[in-house]
Amino acid sequence: MAEYIKPLPKPLPETMFTAGFWDACRRHELVIQRCKACGKYRHYPQLMCPQCYSMEWEWSKVSGKGKVYTYVVTHRPFNPGWANEVPYASVTVELDEGVRMVSNVIDVKPEDVEIGTPVEVEFVDVTEEVTLPMFKKAR
Amino acid sequence: MTLKDKCCIVGIGNTAYTRGTDKTTMQLHLEAALKALADAGLKPSDVDAVIPNAVAGTIAEDFILNLGIRDLHMTSTMHNGGAAIGSAVQSACMAVATGIASCALLVAGRRGYSAQRASKGVTGSPLPVMNTAHEFEAPFGHGNVPMWFGSACRRHMHLYGTKSEHLGRIAVTCRKHANLNPQALMYSKPMTLDDHQNSPIIVDPFHLLDASLETDGAGALVIVSAERARDLPKTPVYVMGIAEGHPPCPTSITQKEDMADMEGLRLAKPRAFGMAEVDLKDFDFAEIYDGYSWITAASLEALGFCGKGEVGPFVESVSLEIGGNLPINTHGGLLSEAHVSGVNHFIEAVRQLRREVEPARQVKDCEIGLVTSAGDFHEGVVAILRR
Repeated sequence: MAEYIKPLPKPLPETMFTAGFWDACRRHELVIQRCKACGKYRHYPQLMCPQCYSMEWEWSKVSGKGKVYTYVVTHRPFNPGWANEVPYASVTVELDEGVRMVSNVIDVKPEDVEIGTPVEVEFVDVTEEVTLPMFKKAR
Repeated sequence: MTLKDKCCIVGIGNTAYTRGTDKTTMQLHLEAALKALADAGLKPSDVDAVIPNAVAGTIAEDFILNLGIRDLHMTSTMHNGGAAIGSAVQSACMAVATGIASCALLVAGRRGYSAQRASKGVTGSPLPVMNTAHEFEAPFGHGNVPMWFGSACRRHMHLYGTKSEHLGRIAVTCRKHANLNPQALMYSKPMTLDDHQNSPIIVDPFHLLDASLETDGAGALVIVSAERARDLPKTPVYVMGIAEGHPPCPTSITQKEDMADMEGLRLAKPRAFGMAEVDLKDFDFAEIYDGYSWITAASLEALGFCGKGEVGPFVESVSLEIGGNLPINTHGGLLSEAHVSGVNHFIEAVRQLRREVEPARQVKDCEIGLVTSAGDFHEGVVAILRR
């Protein structure tokens, strides 16, 4: 396997509570942080529920379905990891549960990405240790 | 108590704006600081408050050391990216108006070309506010500024029909003004709307000419009380009103309720306008933060110059040039003068209000100007200055 030179998600010492998200990806499960007190989903992960101030939360498995909310197509590689892949699209997906996440759509050409396209999660094992939640067109 | 008219910007100074330097960021900051103090008719020994800029990475201790400051009363480092210089003005005025300090030095700018070059993915020491985006977005090739604002711009285009040409009109306006400004990086480089449209796409929807200029340089401001300002040599420029806006979801643009809105400015505007007791019609010019052309476009909406989503038709019908209805970025802005973290917007506003710029660039008889700063994920500061 060629050396993987793109940036990898690295939870920092102060934000280690995000690790559960990536651990679930490794198991090919998409989980989103959910408040145990009021049930509100939240992403990206944070310590306290901004709605009810509870610090009790759990990782909740979600459908992995959503729609493209917005996107950009990068033509000029800002990171050497994508030097041979431009132009490429990065999308913001709004999950059916209401939160958004940035990702890539693996089976749509950059010029064909559109806001509103229904997508579903597709896990990609990019290294032996790291799996990224990407998306494909919903069937 | 109100801050209205309590403090004045009495000194401004900047280094040359270059693409390439053999100076360190701190050298640039000290050079700008000495110029601003000389402009104010003050000495380094007068300074008792220093407000450094987190993006630049400089620290108050290095100013104490180099300027030989014997008794610094106050320092506070601003962490809201491009909005930091606006926040620095507010904090300086708070410190001076309350007597905590008597003479505040504010410095911003960096080696944006020689060291922290954004287009090469080099942004200097990682800023804590970017941790979330770096963890959750950079792995998907979405870890740089144009991708974040490009996503917001795409929403704007989707919701309201805004077009690249509309952004181009703002970029061209900035360029025309830079062509009148000998210290602008783009002074001798005219640009048409066709040039904008034909420039390479960097991150669709942005062309290269939608992006601000990677610049080596720094600028500084000196703020004292209005009372003291009247004894200094230059025409004092009063801070009539100022307010910061720190909207929700500050660590990523992705989760914002409305990412296509410059919410920080929208929050700050009524407080700043209320303090200054002014309305939109009172401004002779506006220096509006322009890290990307779209930021300026969305700022015009957030400030109320046009309705939400209406900036496209607005820029088609209203002249933003000097001599027009609402001259913006009369120096060329970050798009065409230099990107020194927005301190040049304040410097230009002061020069305009002192009526000391080149005649072709001077907004005639100007009395009141608007300045905005914007940074990170839609943080914003609104400042209103008068002579």
